[in-house]
Amino acid sequence: MKAIVTVMLKDGVLDPQGKAIGHALNNLGFAQVGDVRAGKIIELTLSETDPVAAKVAAEDMAQKLLANMVIESFKVEISA
Amino acid sequence: MLATGILLFPGINRERDMAIAVEQSFGRAPRVIWHKETDLSGLDLIIIPGGFSFGDYLRCGAMAAQSPVMQAVKTHAARGGYVLGVCNGFQILTESGLLPGALLRNAGLRFLSMDTTLSVERNDTIFTSHYQKGQVFRAPMAHGDGNYTADPATLDRLEGEGLVAFRYADENRNGSARAIAGIYSPNHRILGLMPHPEDLVDPLMGGTDGKPLFDSLAAA
Amino acid sequence: MKPSGAERADIMVNAVLAKSFGLNAEEYAKVLTIMGRTPSFTELGIFSVMWSEHCSYKSSRVWLKTLPTKAPWVIHGPGENAGVIDIGENLAAIFKMESHNHPSFIEPYQGAATGVGGILRDVFTMGARPIANLNALRFGDPKLPVTKRVVDGVVRGIGGYGNCVGVPTVGGEVNFHPAYNGNPLVNAMTVGIAAQDKIFLSAAAGIGNPVVYVGSKTGRDGIHGATMASTEFDANTAEKRPTVQVGDPFTEKLLIEACLELMQTDAIVAIQDMGAAGLTSSSVEMAGKGGVGIELNLDNVPQRETGMSAYEMMLSESQERMLLVLKPERSEMARAIIEKWDLDYAIIGKITNTGRIVITHKGVVEADIELAPLSDEAPLYHRPYTSAAKPAPLGETQDPVGFEAALLKLMACPDIASRRWIFDQYDSTVGGQTIKRPAQADAAIVRLEGTNRALAITTDCTPRYCAADAEAGGAQAVAEAWRNITATGALPLAVTDNMNFGNPEKPEIMGQFVDAIKGMAAACTALAFPVVSGNVSLYNETEGKGILPTPAIGAVGVIEDASRATGLAIAPGQQLILIGDTKGALGQSLWLREILGREDGAPPEVNLLNERENGDFVREHILNGTVHACHDLSDGGLAVALVEMALAGGTGLTLHPAPAHIPAHAYWFGEDQARYVLAVSNPTAILTAAHAAGIQARHIGHAGGNNLTLTGANPISLTTLRDAHEGFFPNWFA
Repeated sequence: MKAIVTVMLKDGVLDPQGKAIGHALNNLGFAQVGDVRAGKIIELTLSETDPVAAKVAAEDMAQKLLANMVIESFKVEISA
Repeated sequence: MLATGILLFPGINRERDMAIAVEQSFGRAPRVIWHKETDLSGLDLIIIPGGFSFGDYLRCGAMAAQSPVMQAVKTHAARGGYVLGVCNGFQILTESGLLPGALLRNAGLRFLSMDTTLSVERNDTIFTSHYQKGQVFRAPMAHGDGNYTADPATLDRLEGEGLVAFRYADENRNGSARAIAGIYSPNHRILGLMPHPEDLVDPLMGGTDGKPLFDSLAAA
Repeated sequence: MKPSGAERADIMVNAVLAKSFGLNAEEYAKVLTIMGRTPSFTELGIFSVMWSEHCSYKSSRVWLKTLPTKAPWVIHGPGENAGVIDIGENLAAIFKMESHNHPSFIEPYQGAATGVGGILRDVFTMGARPIANLNALRFGDPKLPVTKRVVDGVVRGIGGYGNCVGVPTVGGEVNFHPAYNGNPLVNAMTVGIAAQDKIFLSAAAGIGNPVVYVGSKTGRDGIHGATMASTEFDANTAEKRPTVQVGDPFTEKLLIEACLELMQTDAIVAIQDMGAAGLTSSSVEMAGKGGVGIELNLDNVPQRETGMSAYEMMLSESQERMLLVLKPERSEMARAIIEKWDLDYAIIGKITNTGRIVITHKGVVEADIELAPLSDEAPLYHRPYTSAAKPAPLGETQDPVGFEAALLKLMACPDIASRRWIFDQYDSTVGGQTIKRPAQADAAIVRLEGTNRALAITTDCTPRYCAADAEAGGAQAVAEAWRNITATGALPLAVTDNMNFGNPEKPEIMGQFVDAIKGMAAACTALAFPVVSGNVSLYNETEGKGILPTPAIGAVGVIEDASRATGLAIAPGQQLILIGDTKGALGQSLWLREILGREDGAPPEVNLLNERENGDFVREHILNGTVHACHDLSDGGLAVALVEMALAGGTGLTLHPAPAHIPAHAYWFGEDQARYVLAVSNPTAILTAAHAAGIQARHIGHAGGNNLTLTGANPISLTTLRDAHEGFFPNWFA
């Protein structure tokens, strides 16, 4: 079973990387691009078979290590 | 003389610089502590040097903050022990919750390696007694993630309670909130800062601006 | 034994396949003779990489042998992973420069990063702790967007890797020229330090000794990287992208610490890094040098991916891996050290007395080759070559713009502009021993921890001189490196060369190579400056157009009293002395290119006797304490050197006018060799000493104020000069 953890900077925390990507896209002619936020996706392969337990475990991991709750938020998705 | 240990995580790379600076002021080499050790008894000062602990691959300092030795450092801090974290060491201290806030990527998204200048916000701590209050001194910096951030309430508290240790005096190159370069814990026994005073303790290397920090600790 | 060739049994091994592996018909015929049968797929792979230009030096070997490589202070010359020299106090400096040109064009960040990683391994595999990195970079026309992308990626890659492993990046050089548009050069140099009695070599020994794999796991990275490094780019190069290796500086750092810790024991018999052609070249070279055989069981190779074949494992260029031969009784102790650093440790084979390499995978013999002919009968080419005609001397030139405009343009031009934007992204202070950081002196100065000694380290080459006259250019590159070390007060000791050229199958390109070697050999001999290691990168061409011939020189010197090391910074009141003969050589100069838009004429004459005498004089006076600052003269000539000294010291200058017998622009911007500017307190004393020694010397002005003041010209403020000098890179990347 897989857990996909998406980690993003919290709203309101300056994201210079996202800003730079947005700037570059605008320069490439993608004028429709406004705000850009860059984050990361962490894919976990778990031995767990129960999706609920897998989600609980992945959220625990995210809070303890994968995300820094001072500046980041996360979201966990479970897939088979 | 403070009994001193330097933590060594895989990927740390300024432990030798730090040991040289400590030995020069203390007249005694610090103990080097491997990250899997958990016994810090008998030590007064724990130093976490710079580098790229665990490659800084998830976030700077995040994985080191979870290592066995950091549990022991938390215990050490809780009983009033002294802790100095420089660069990656500062990042490890914020990641482990021993200091507030976080270090984000530099505002310009590039690694910054040059001398910066720091102003000494107070000289009544164990770390700064050999500086003057308001003194501006030079220190090399070398980091990709030194952009100090915290929520406004935390920043206000740091400033209000005199917990800002150093600010960037000339140019705030990495974009740190309120030009903060280093902060203390509320008891002023934990100090984290981004620049490297340990790399400027010898006239041959361009100056001794960083030496008073180690002399302060040696005099404690 | 005939290998079953179980893997890829579907593919017919024949001359056509061999050609696609980079072996020509004649070379494949030789393989058939050596094997006495059709090789298996894996065997063909082994031959193709071992006989690639990159591993066999088949086009260059006959000429490399003509370089001087010996001196009393040389401990190990070419032939080991890196050169080793005696630097006193029972210490050895171990160093080498190596190219990563082709990978850096395909993927600039990873190409440059893995270039740094590879050269670090060449040095610490011999027992040295790396103490300094440098890099010599050549890029295309800065007006092209692709150049900007490549510069950005290469600089980030060098920083990303070097900063993380904790080895200071202390120097290097950067040039731009359209000839590098599709083929940038990334030459990385590492210098390390070892105790002279703790130097590790790669010759395997001890029948039955275990062969041990240490480091990262093996994946399918960079397969055929060595052969790729030996072919020209074409329009399909982009398709080669998946073979690019990805660097992991964190693992490299662990590998450094683990190997150095293991080297404190007596466990290691032989050690070599897995560089180009990975497991193949390391195992073949270790066994070959030791005159023994080797057996590998690939089932035991730590693997990152599933389903890898013998061929893939033997040719993988996954990074951060080492191959060791250990004393069997020390194997478990070694395992404990390696695993303490969270690295893979696996016994993958043993040393045999068969003189053969035998590769087994899943119970099947995949390769069985006699080692001696694999190396002894490797192709060796005496490629035909034609030397280019010597260029006609530059005739008289008129100055259309005047001193001030020319100076400001030169200070701002891409080849002279401040490199601060680049080196500010490199950690130059980690280790705490960097005495002179980038741009503070002509060579980087790094102290040997725990001693009063320091090394002076530089990289140099002036490709436009080499393009005009490869022999003069080759000599000039060596002379400039020697001069840069001398200008710090250090004694130049030895050289590593990184020969970057085009397609050697073209006689005119081979002629450039041969002539450059001749010039280098003459200079190395005259300056007692032997070549102890090096690397050759050929086929640097894009769509049939060659790069400028670029024999990059890395050099190391030693200064016994580090506190005497001298930099560029002058201070108010100091008097400025020009050492050496100024004729006003403007052929191939930057003034000619930037002001008149011409790239012609003969490059400046290299008079090796003058180099030696002038340099020895300068060094003597630095070491006796009379010289406060020193700068050698190179690109842009006297005026540029003076401004660089003024900017470094933050002071203005007052200069005497040009002498009447030379046109003013040729005096200020000519690139005559063997020259230095010294800052002293007592000009009469040094002029007298120079006269007595038969050295040309001239009092040219003094430091002070906030302007560059030249009689008969408007004062130019230091701020104006600084803005011009510092602007190029920040504006380019703004």
